[in-house]
Amino acid sequence: MNYQTIIGLEVHAQLLTKSKMYCGCSTDYANAPPNTHVCPVCLGMPGVLPVINRQAVEFTMMTALALKCTISEFTKFDRKNYAYPDLMKGYQISQYDMPIGLGGYLNIDVDEQRKKIGITRVHLEEDVSKLLHRAVPGGEDYSLVDVNRSGCPLMEVVGEPDLRSPEEARQYLIKLRSILQYLGVSTGNMEEGSFRCDANISLLPEGSQKFTPKVEVKNLNSFKAVYLAMEYEAKRQRKAADEGEKLVQETRGWLDEKGKTVSQRSKEYAHDYRYFPEPDLPPLVISLEQVEAVRKKLPELPEARRDRFMTQYDLPLYDAGLLTSSKAMAEYFEEGVRAGKEVAPKEIGNWLLGEVSRIINAGNIDIDGFRKQVSPPALTGLILSAHGAISTAMAKSVLEEMFNTGKNAAAIIKERGLSQISDTSELEKIVAEVIHSNTQAMADYRAGKETAIKFLVGQVMKATKGRANPQLVNEMLKQKLAEASNQAGGE
Amino acid sequence: MTRMQYTIHEAHQLLKAKKLSSVELTQACLERIRQIEPKVKALVTVTDKPALEQAQQADKLIAEGKGGPLTGIPLAIKDVICTKGVRTTCSSKMLENFVPPYNAAVMEKLNAAGAVMVGKANMDEFAMGSSTENSALFTTHNPWDLERVPGGSSGGSAVAVAAGEALGALGSDTGGSIRQPAGFCSVVGLKPTYGRVSRYGLVAFASSLDQIGPLTQDVTDCALMLNAIAGQDKRDSTSIPEIVPDYTQSLKPDLKGMRIGVPKEYYVEGMQTGVSAAMKAALHKLEELGAKLEETSLPHTGYSLAVYYIIAPSEASANLARYDGVKYGYSYAGDTMWESMEKTRENGFGPEVKRRIMLGTYALSAGYYDAWYVKAQKVRTLIRREFDAAFEKYDALVTPTSPTVPFKIGERADDPLAMYLSDVCTLPINIAGVPAVSIPAGFVDGLPVGMQIIGKHFKEETILRVAYAYEQATEWHKKKPNV
Repeated sequence: MNYQTIIGLEVHAQLLTKSKMYCGCSTDYANAPPNTHVCPVCLGMPGVLPVINRQAVEFTMMTALALKCTISEFTKFDRKNYAYPDLMKGYQISQYDMPIGLGGYLNIDVDEQRKKIGITRVHLEEDVSKLLHRAVPGGEDYSLVDVNRSGCPLMEVVGEPDLRSPEEARQYLIKLRSILQYLGVSTGNMEEGSFRCDANISLLPEGSQKFTPKVEVKNLNSFKAVYLAMEYEAKRQRKAADEGEKLVQETRGWLDEKGKTVSQRSKEYAHDYRYFPEPDLPPLVISLEQVEAVRKKLPELPEARRDRFMTQYDLPLYDAGLLTSSKAMAEYFEEGVRAGKEVAPKEIGNWLLGEVSRIINAGNIDIDGFRKQVSPPALTGLILSAHGAISTAMAKSVLEEMFNTGKNAAAIIKERGLSQISDTSELEKIVAEVIHSNTQAMADYRAGKETAIKFLVGQVMKATKGRANPQLVNEMLKQKLAEASNQAGGE
Repeated sequence: MTRMQYTIHEAHQLLKAKKLSSVELTQACLERIRQIEPKVKALVTVTDKPALEQAQQADKLIAEGKGGPLTGIPLAIKDVICTKGVRTTCSSKMLENFVPPYNAAVMEKLNAAGAVMVGKANMDEFAMGSSTENSALFTTHNPWDLERVPGGSSGGSAVAVAAGEALGALGSDTGGSIRQPAGFCSVVGLKPTYGRVSRYGLVAFASSLDQIGPLTQDVTDCALMLNAIAGQDKRDSTSIPEIVPDYTQSLKPDLKGMRIGVPKEYYVEGMQTGVSAAMKAALHKLEELGAKLEETSLPHTGYSLAVYYIIAPSEASANLARYDGVKYGYSYAGDTMWESMEKTRENGFGPEVKRRIMLGTYALSAGYYDAWYVKAQKVRTLIRREFDAAFEKYDALVTPTSPTVPFKIGERADDPLAMYLSDVCTLPINIAGVPAVSIPAGFVDGLPVGMQIIGKHFKEETILRVAYAYEQATEWHKKKPNV
């Protein structure tokens, strides 16, 4: 039977606020020793009270607006109750039935088709502590609690089940992350856990209205993991459905190294979170004026920037789309354009999407990592060199070295003595030597075999370690050969 | 040494006139504590050393001509209010050795005012109860009759004031926990408007009902203490930015032009005849003072108990979830993580606390939430509106604080429903969030009767005025128990 794959994603993004969601502790704990960014509030000590982080509310409003959501005029916080040692208060302050943002969408492009993906809601909550599992050598297992992360603001974006393939799921995540990065509300770093995704996936049998039971997949730590896990689940569920196996509503975990999902919890063991309104926080009333004030602060978003790149820099849709999918890449590009007035924007784009992307992918870094070694002006400097001083092939190798050493193109070209030899007097002797020692090629050429000259050019290039200007060598060779045959004819 | 029979305002005058030092006053309280504590058992922790240091500081301030009405005044603090460096037990095994690294907002205010803390007062565990019998540490005894309960949950605070161990005290009130023991011990006890006093550092029982308030020997002292602790606190988002007046300014000896409502639902069937008679006389006295009394009706009163016992346990079930033995307090070392957490809670909480956690967990459960919690919130709104409507007609409402005089220790301990009924007159006030004060209003066979005066939101000055006029026209507050 044929089935349609139905996917909906829930994304948790850590917000880039200075302080935590309900207390004044710093959120900048990445390199801090455990339990140093804590206070009675985020430790969940007796008698302490939460205070809402205004910046976090604003970031959530920005996100909701960028996702075309309606901002609730009346919103509130709720307690989500469950017991676990990483949850300091025994409940998480979240938003249950009145989130900040409701009913929006974002666009994705798959196979050159634009598709609108619904956004159910955007709400605010807090992060939990980190548990570090340890074992005494040869002895007992135990766990340590690092409370630094406890109480950091988390924004949840719940998407509608509008995605129909693993690729659509991947594109949705790329687009959502890009929007968050453009807004400056989250780093969107999935590997570091500041951008987390849970996926709901089920099947719709052809001609039916009845979906198979929803499976929630957790532990997805990269875009690739989301893609692979969705692919795996879609296959697994299809096979099960075809073989008449009963599919159940459950939570499954993705095992990256094994490339498969395993059941973690079925519906019968689902939590009853006993949500109720947080009595320590009065409801949050957001006025239309406040919404408009936040709307005014929204920066240019990926789609708008892509369209601008197409008109302002005369880039094709494909290039503009790729260059703007990451805010950092788009900014690198525009800085490059500003620095290299003599270089066509399209050429800078080609380099970024070509060689630079290759280096980034090979090094498993991002454009910011690349920027640390090669600044936008340094890149345009290299591109300029490739217009004359060095060949394109050489320029690629120079870029590699620039990235490895952080040196600029001119320095490397000078150091390696790479600049092209365009001086005929310098080349004269080498050309003569090549002609002299390749009599067969000479004979071939004379016999009318035009390709023989390419071989001779290659020999000159080899002798000059690629530094000779190939056009010039070509001309010189032709001239010399013509002279030689004239002489021969005169004998 | 017998007790120093001074009120806060009297002691303040003596301190200012240098006829008495704070050290002398504090030593007198500490001596009184040594004498009678074995009989009344009001205090969980006696902070004698820090108290004397605070007293010395206060004397210095006074010598420099600085300090205010509470400078150098020995106070007892209910053990549910966090005190930096001094253990705060909530009279629970769970927190028996818990020493907070922070002060509650009210403690910061009292410290800034130069007050002296002589001890932490016993209470029903986590403020759940009406007799202090639910204290996991020991039961406090009523100084008017040591066989009887002092009320609760702020029983230790009320006894410390009534028996002269401190000149005043702080309690907390979720359903009557300041007013009912104040009534049982013949002292003044005020529950301020919800949002009037910061709850930061008050260990939460039911967050939407809890409020800190003073217990004192007379109404003037009550106004002085409220002056010190009231006001908005940025750390408590439910505290309100309402201006704090000088509450002593409203204290006038007559009630001319005051309109007082007498809600008939509070003069209930289970009310003891002695209490009824005392209330009748008290109402008559209010009329004599110039108030216009009128019987009125608050028909939803009867639902208060049901509403309270859904909302308060629901909130408590979440508030008490943090006590899992992982971070602080009592911790059971089990073989597994879950065993450790479960046994910690099984051993650390007393039966009443467990009962309320279970009630609340049930009320919030899927499938029951709408029928219990949501419905209770709706009735809560009705009760609040009923009070709002009443205060369009009246400046204050007057009721008994409790339908009975103090009962015998053990009498209701095994009957939770009977125990819950002792708060039937005080619960509705927390549900509505309005302020109310209990003041001494007579005795039945040597046992105190309290009168409750209820006011409009943020109109503490009005109920204190009624309380003051009545107090000045009577002698009840001057009677002290012989311990």
